[in-house]
Amino acid sequence: MINYIFKRILYAIPILIGVNLLTFTLFFVVNSPDEVARLHLGNKRVTQEQIQSWNEQRGYNFPLFFNQSETGLNVIKKTIFYEKSVKLFYFDFGISDSGRDIKYDIKQRMWPSLAIALPSLLVGLMINITFALFFVFFRATKVDYIGVIFCVALMSISSLFYIIGGQYLISKLLQLVPISGYAQGVDAIKFLILPVFISVIYGIGSGTRWYRSLFLEEIEKDYVKTAKSKGLSEVSVLFNHVFKNALIPILTGVVVILPLLFLGSLIVESFFGIPGLGSYTIDAIQSQDFAIVRAMVFLGTILYIFGLILTDISYTLVDPRVRLK
Amino acid sequence: MINDLKNIFLLSIFLFGCSDNPLNSPYSDNKSTQNILYSSFQERPKHLDPVRSYSSNEYAFLAQIYEPLFQYHYLKKPYELIPLTATKLPEVQYLDSSFRVTKKVKNARYSKYILNIKKGILYQNHPAFFKEKSKYLYHSLGLDDLKNINTLSDFKKSSTRELLSDDYIYQIKRLADNLNHSPISGVMQEYIYGFTEYKEQLSKLNNISGEKRVSYLKNNKMLGIKKIDDFSFSIILKKPYPQFVYWLAMPFFAPMPWEADLFYSQQQLKKKNITLNWYPVGTGPFMLTENNPNLRMVLKRNGNFRGEVYPSLEDKIKNKKMYSKNKEKVIPFIDEAIFSLEKEQIPRWNKFLQGYYDNSGIASDNYDQAVSLNNSGDITLTEELKEKGIHLSMATAASTYYIGFNMLDGTVGGKSNRAKYLRQAITLAIDYEEYISIFANGRGIVAQSPIPPGIFGYQDGIKKYNKTIYSFKNKRIVKKNIEKAKILMEKAGYPNGINQKNGKPLILYFEATGSGADTYSFLNWLRKQFKKINIQLVTRVTDYNRFQEKMINGTGQIFQWGWNADYPDPENFLFLLYSKNGKVKYSGENASNYDSKDFDRLFIKMKNMRNSIEREKIIDQMLSIIQEDCPWIWGWHPKSFSLSHGWVENVESNLMANNTLKYKKIKLNSRNKNIKSWNKANFTLLYILAFLIFLLILSVFFMVRKKDREKIYD
Repeated sequence: MINYIFKRILYAIPILIGVNLLTFTLFFVVNSPDEVARLHLGNKRVTQEQIQSWNEQRGYNFPLFFNQSETGLNVIKKTIFYEKSVKLFYFDFGISDSGRDIKYDIKQRMWPSLAIALPSLLVGLMINITFALFFVFFRATKVDYIGVIFCVALMSISSLFYIIGGQYLISKLLQLVPISGYAQGVDAIKFLILPVFISVIYGIGSGTRWYRSLFLEEIEKDYVKTAKSKGLSEVSVLFNHVFKNALIPILTGVVVILPLLFLGSLIVESFFGIPGLGSYTIDAIQSQDFAIVRAMVFLGTILYIFGLILTDISYTLVDPRVRLK
Repeated sequence: MINDLKNIFLLSIFLFGCSDNPLNSPYSDNKSTQNILYSSFQERPKHLDPVRSYSSNEYAFLAQIYEPLFQYHYLKKPYELIPLTATKLPEVQYLDSSFRVTKKVKNARYSKYILNIKKGILYQNHPAFFKEKSKYLYHSLGLDDLKNINTLSDFKKSSTRELLSDDYIYQIKRLADNLNHSPISGVMQEYIYGFTEYKEQLSKLNNISGEKRVSYLKNNKMLGIKKIDDFSFSIILKKPYPQFVYWLAMPFFAPMPWEADLFYSQQQLKKKNITLNWYPVGTGPFMLTENNPNLRMVLKRNGNFRGEVYPSLEDKIKNKKMYSKNKEKVIPFIDEAIFSLEKEQIPRWNKFLQGYYDNSGIASDNYDQAVSLNNSGDITLTEELKEKGIHLSMATAASTYYIGFNMLDGTVGGKSNRAKYLRQAITLAIDYEEYISIFANGRGIVAQSPIPPGIFGYQDGIKKYNKTIYSFKNKRIVKKNIEKAKILMEKAGYPNGINQKNGKPLILYFEATGSGADTYSFLNWLRKQFKKINIQLVTRVTDYNRFQEKMINGTGQIFQWGWNADYPDPENFLFLLYSKNGKVKYSGENASNYDSKDFDRLFIKMKNMRNSIEREKIIDQMLSIIQEDCPWIWGWHPKSFSLSHGWVENVESNLMANNTLKYKKIKLNSRNKNIKSWNKANFTLLYILAFLIFLLILSVFFMVRKKDREKIYD
């Protein structure tokens, strides 16, 4: 298994380089450092001298890929690509264009993201699986049809509707929880109830349909017929046989997104004023702080690759037939 | 059962610390009843270092912490400067070429500002000032010292010191430091004697930083700045510049103690994001105790603040000294101000209506809910807001938004009559009254010139108006009709929008930024306006970077831009059309690259004058030149509407003063009472929902049991 993981990590390197090159091209070839500087220095009374000084201070005055004025390794090292992209490989995210240490900010902001994402995932998982099992139990009946229609309807509504509607109903009309905001420690709970509730409701449609299809696929298999022919009850077949075997794709589907939970949700965090990584990224995009966007894209890629490796490992744990070579 | 459910819910709520507080309160129990002002902010302030900060959302915090020498009188209009940390308004001397004082203004080569500061002003407590055995404890921090330090409040010891003239001098030197990227260093270079030389010296030392740089700034003098004693200093300007005093009222000229600069220059602190840009150090009424602009920013009363007197309209300045009336009313009135980040309009507005924010602006989405027109056509609050005791205050901002022509462009630019008639025709065709009504909910006034209301030289459109667009008919000022614009088009050589020379339709290009629905609606509207005189307008939507590039290179044709006043003087608006500020040639703020010798001559004469009848006449002449030439389509001046709850006292519209938090007062009892009555939790739907879920579970249970017993397998 160790060999396999090592191989997967090696495979990840070209992917990371590719992503890195792509983001570098997007941010530095499309927008010149001068343009980035002008954005950060403001609209009023910006001089070329200030732009140059800003670029120098942040290392944007180097050439993009090759520094012909340097010798030896510095030809590569004294370039924007090395300074801004290669350093990401050893997790040196550097300083944001607004002058803050990115690594420090990421460490601070991943916890509020996780505080929403983790309960949303767990509660959502329980509810979606329960609904899916229920619809599968009543498959091909009116209950199932109505359930599927209900799920499609839930899926078809924009997430913004759930957020605004939820805020209006729960916070404005019923006045049960704050509309938005966040606090540290236990005080955070009252701010998390609504976003978690909305995230769960929003996920019911797609989640239930996905798990329903997994269970239906399983229920058609021969071992289910064998179990039924042995005289087992429908409930027993569903929970003891179908559910257990369908857990493999469910588990792998969950494991792959686990690392990404740290990255938070762009819209939910923004609407509920949660200071997580989702709003960090969206703020950086809006203020064109490319140093942060690059770091977040890189981090997202690493976490996704890590999630995929975890998925492969989890396969071996839940399915004895699978061996990693 | 209903009671049980309620108890369970309440118990869970109590778990996170609420008791007497309404359930939807975003504040903890102990905070909600204190003398705290609650407000929100939409965008994270980028800079809190006064050397760099240049936008209103940054000033909202910065101006409460740092104190420049002067401030604007809170109540007086037109805006009036009064001393803040200064003992009196500056004494200005004129110097001849040998730096000798001269009383003849004509002989004046330089001007000298003598500035005196009050004694006994103390900085907020800060670790940078703390000394142990006459040595600064936190000026050379090692890795071990910072193990448990993550924010400024983690430093256990702090101290203060008295404000000295050195601190103002130090800050002016910081303005000259390229590494600080001060947006006004270019302007100051033009005026402060020795500023350019100092800047050049510093730029040669870009490789030194930290303690050495601070030491350099501290020990090396700028030629034009002289310390007279600990509480007075002088600034020599290269030329007379009466507007300089306004700059002295801006945070750029706030005092900076070298101890703080040295403290924050330590590399280890920067890695922890403890920087001057994040943790300001001032002498003002408030200090920033929590800076988490991703969540909230908290300003607490500065315990060392000397106390200031609430202003009165009867305040007078005699012999440059301020005489206040309200000796007994000492400010600030509030102990704390909590600003919460609220990016989205909906939660922000709802929290204001629930009473959790003491004030709010009016977003376009909430406009109809907030204000309506009464029978006499005046803007008034809606009944819902009136019932809540909310107040509306309106003020026209010292800003202007305009559509500019690039005067370097071959079609719309230049000094020819052809181009002038074309620009005049377009100016006539565009209906800014309609624009304000559609896109600004009526919150604005049509501009006659670049000068907005409240600024000397403003033309109100009644007594004085733009004669190119308006005419006087039947004792009224009316806009010339579209036929006049068509005649101008003919004179320009484009009858019916067709170029007489080549028979092709006239196509013009508008450079636009933005991508939202509002942008596209605006562009559609603009195309229709041009269509009135048969001009085809092609809109080129691009990002702000590309737009800036086009402006800098002078490749754009028609564009939209705006300007917010730095200070309330017509010079700050008319310089936008001074040729030496041309964007292409001089990288200045004259984006339309307008160049008129007559205008320039009058501008130079006007800019150094004090407000007088003579100055007004010159301004009128300047305005008539630009109104005739039409380098801009004189757009509009926005009106600012703001709402505040009835329990907030001393709310005045003063759009030049930024340090207004110290004047605000809260009637706590009224706020607490209203918040409680407006935010009573409604459990009815919750009970119904719980009952339905219970029924659902029960029916599911029976359905499953029934089906399972049927033993019908497919």
